[in-house]
Amino acid sequence: MDFDNLINGLDRATLDGITRGSIYALVALGYTMVYGVMKLINFAHSEVFMVGTWTVLGVYTVIGATSSSGLGMVIGATLLALLAAMLASAGTALAVERIAYRPLRKKGAPALIFLITGIGCSMVLVEVFGQVLRFFFGPPFGRVTVNIPAVLETKTVFTIPGVDLAVSNTRILIIVGAIVMMLALDAFVNKSRLGRGVRAVAQDPDTASLMGVNQERVIMLVFVLGGAMAGVAALLYTVQYDITKFDIGFIIGLKAFTAAVLGGIGNLRGALVGGLFLGIVEVYASAIWDSSWTNVYAFVVLVVVLMFRPTGILGESLGKARA
Amino acid sequence: MLLEMKDAVLSYGKIEALHGISVEVNEGEVVSLIGANGAGKTSTMRALSGVRGLSAGSVVFNGEDVTKLRADQRLRKGLVLCPEGRGIFPGMTVTENLNMGAYTRKDKAAIDEDYDRVFGLFPRLLERKRQVAGTMSGGEQQMLAIGRALMSRPKLLMLDEPSMGLAPMLIQQIFDIITEISQQGTTILVVEQNAKQALSRSDRAYVLETGSIVKTGTGAQLLDDPSVREAYLGVA
Repeated sequence: MDFDNLINGLDRATLDGITRGSIYALVALGYTMVYGVMKLINFAHSEVFMVGTWTVLGVYTVIGATSSSGLGMVIGATLLALLAAMLASAGTALAVERIAYRPLRKKGAPALIFLITGIGCSMVLVEVFGQVLRFFFGPPFGRVTVNIPAVLETKTVFTIPGVDLAVSNTRILIIVGAIVMMLALDAFVNKSRLGRGVRAVAQDPDTASLMGVNQERVIMLVFVLGGAMAGVAALLYTVQYDITKFDIGFIIGLKAFTAAVLGGIGNLRGALVGGLFLGIVEVYASAIWDSSWTNVYAFVVLVVVLMFRPTGILGESLGKARA
Repeated sequence: MLLEMKDAVLSYGKIEALHGISVEVNEGEVVSLIGANGAGKTSTMRALSGVRGLSAGSVVFNGEDVTKLRADQRLRKGLVLCPEGRGIFPGMTVTENLNMGAYTRKDKAAIDEDYDRVFGLFPRLLERKRQVAGTMSGGEQQMLAIGRALMSRPKLLMLDEPSMGLAPMLIQQIFDIITEISQQGTTILVVEQNAKQALSRSDRAYVLETGSIVKTGTGAQLLDDPSVREAYLGVA
């Protein structure tokens, strides 16, 4: 145990934790929204994120953006990659809904069956990138880690005085980007007419349909929104870590799911709280003990929190998500 | 005829809840459906509103076959159900609940008119505009549920047990308002366990027993019918 290590690097660790947590939180939104409306954990959501990271790589490759590109190219490439990743992830999420869930819903299948088809979809998508695309196109597809050009070069923007903590442009982009997206989503769900429909279906699907809410459309909407948020997370992830891999979604998805449960599944603000909490705990614990046990700390925290608050930290549902 | 349900069969799995019932409602009428617990009153409402599909039979509304339509599609045609147990959204405010009633509408000016109408019928709702609906009393929630249904501009307003769980004085008040809504020009189909209130306020009524219609007539006829009096009004 090395508490000195944590205390000495507390500022750095906190910044790392928030960065990591922002990405968890964005991915967690997809789990939480789908759960809120359908009472279903979409286990294919991790691959929705994975598709987003490959899309970023694809955009950079096609337009030829590299780490030595000029400023205009950097901004253009990043925005284009963001848009493409959001579209690709939303599209993937919608396809999963159509293929894995909708046919079952029409037949009134038991809840457990949805989990199996979700896991099946997840495996298929992983193998598409790990095997199928490699068979047709060769590298970079395959089972190895792939580098993504660090188009946005990391530079220190300012230094927090007193603690002498350097804050880089990529950190700012990730944290601000995540917060802006979450605020926008929160406002949409709480203020707009469609958002009201989403909350109504989450609270009481039958009554919502009696108000004229088309439940199928609400379900499509939450998959698209959750997917788009995973796409944003994918871009921010590549900005920070510059890599992707066929199974990159697995651990991130698991952590984001944990974050969603920690914060209170079905609750949008819970996803933010859970994500940031999990990110910070992981980094702190890694500083105190061994960083190779990061994933263990995450789940220990989950178990401990659920022992005392079984419904998560904020513990509300999407329907009741109001301050 | 505004609504015609014909030979409707509704099943929950292997259990048949409605064994081929037929109900008609004419424009401008107040029609009630009375019966004991488990007679199939709520099942009839679910089938009419489209929350549950029929396994046989048909529903024609305003000259159009709506048997295959979902609940949200039937609502757009003016067939509106105020569900049993009120079905308000407990986490939303009074205003948000009323907004949900107008979910499919875009005619802003007419919506505002309907707000005024609802607040006119239920001044209590105006006082509680910003209150979270789950924290209101049973009577207030019932008013909210009826008000919300009115926000959908129903051609036919269906009410499932509006008096459930309310004190006698409130029941009287709710039925006064139902009569008022009818006088304002909305056709009404009401399901009730409180047979006396329902029959005395209705033009016509049906008596439902274990999934079949056993009697029909005007409200006054049924009030005088000896078997109805014995079974539902508690007089020999």
